[in-house]
Amino acid sequence: MLNIIRYTFYDLLRSRWSIFYMLFFMLTSTALLFLSNDLSSAIISLMNILLILAPLVGTIFGVIFYYNSSDFTELLLAHPLKRSTIFLGQLYGLCISLSLSLVLGLGIPFLFYGLLYSDAIFDFLILLVDGVVLTFIFVGLAYIIALKNDNKVKGFGYALLMWLIFAILYDGMLLVIMMQFQDYPLDTFSLVSTVLNPIDLSRILILLKLDISALLGYTGALYQKFFGTVVGISISFTLLAIWSLLPSGLVLRIATSKDF
Amino acid sequence: MIEFKNIKKKFGQLEVLKGIDFEVPQGKVTAVLGPNGSGKTTLIKSLLGMVFPDSGSIHLDNYRLNGKAEYRNNIGYLPQIARFPENLTARELLKMVSSVRASNNNAGELIERFKLDEYLDKKLQHLSGGTRQKINIVMALMFDADYLILDEPTTGLDPIALRILKQLIAEQKEAGKTILVTSHILNFVEEVADEVVFLLEGHIHYQGSIEKLTSTTNTEGLESAIARLMEDQHA
Repeated sequence: MLNIIRYTFYDLLRSRWSIFYMLFFMLTSTALLFLSNDLSSAIISLMNILLILAPLVGTIFGVIFYYNSSDFTELLLAHPLKRSTIFLGQLYGLCISLSLSLVLGLGIPFLFYGLLYSDAIFDFLILLVDGVVLTFIFVGLAYIIALKNDNKVKGFGYALLMWLIFAILYDGMLLVIMMQFQDYPLDTFSLVSTVLNPIDLSRILILLKLDISALLGYTGALYQKFFGTVVGISISFTLLAIWSLLPSGLVLRIATSKDF
Repeated sequence: MIEFKNIKKKFGQLEVLKGIDFEVPQGKVTAVLGPNGSGKTTLIKSLLGMVFPDSGSIHLDNYRLNGKAEYRNNIGYLPQIARFPENLTARELLKMVSSVRASNNNAGELIERFKLDEYLDKKLQHLSGGTRQKINIVMALMFDADYLILDEPTTGLDPIALRILKQLIAEQKEAGKTILVTSHILNFVEEVADEVVFLLEGHIHYQGSIEKLTSTTNTEGLESAIARLMEDQHA
């Protein structure tokens, strides 16, 4: 599998898109650092960009990469390679390449700005971990959709819809539900619904780490209570870990029984 | 020996293979012919384990295909469409493919014959269709596998490369390889194949030598024989 990961990674490293992606993060974080002159507020602004963009780019790249490499995948399938090796190799190759663009794009400007001498280093690390985890989750989800849809237009549409739901519609729906049922106790409901959306889960982690969850009012206090403890943080990390493994598991299941 | 036993395959409502039974004769070149959508590619893909038949079994040297990957060490495959990771060079691609096979390879000799040397360090996206097809052929033949499956091998080849391909097929046959080839270019089939299998709508309508086919259909040449077979079917 390492072979497939390595060559997929080489292939993507040389495509202009992964360079673009890195440059985008570099420019944005440089701009934010110099505009705000403060590491913590730059991290918050970047969080808002990252939580939308990393899933979006992961989704789009996942779908495009799957369809673009489908002929080559067929060629690999004719070799004595297990399907798990081929599909997980390509999936992880793509995830690692995107994550590297993200980590370098964000990391280099922050390092030059003096991240190592500040106390925001752990906040920044959480930001990076969130970005990488979201990349793995959404590339995986997009891969599942592409595997299930041989029609490219449909696959692309469903993948974008998936992103739209997780990144935007989900919170909206949650808000409507909470407004409608505001007379009822909603603690458990809001906790569970946060766990079901990896973007929300990532956001909460950063907000808690930055200690600005008070901004979220009552719910924030609830989250602080739940997520803020060592137990809470370990639970939410575990959940994110499960979230990032879940798509690969599904990819494996679908790929081993699919006709090519 | 390759044996197909009662292979059936449906894609949704579409029944592509309706009970295919045949043996590919050892050490010969067998051409699988048939119009578009007759099930040629599905048949080949089930042999390669890319498509799972709904029923029936495929045997390779008395080994029944069961979803494991190792038996493919014994197969060289030339797919119909030559598309590779765009940003890798041809040399990297060949290296990658070699790294997934246990056996030694003779890529160097094939590269020399197709005069591919000057293209090896170019990115694959900058190579012409014909050059990619040559690389494709190199990848199919470089492992000295006992079974060769060539799906439309002539696509995009210039006359010189086509001649080399024919020579290669003849040499492989000489070396005792069993070769399965599909092609729409019937002149090419007539030149290289010993046996033909004619597929139509998921059934085998003819299997045997080209001579027998032309004599039973009372025609001259493979093209008119195939045309006659199809007319008879629709009559």
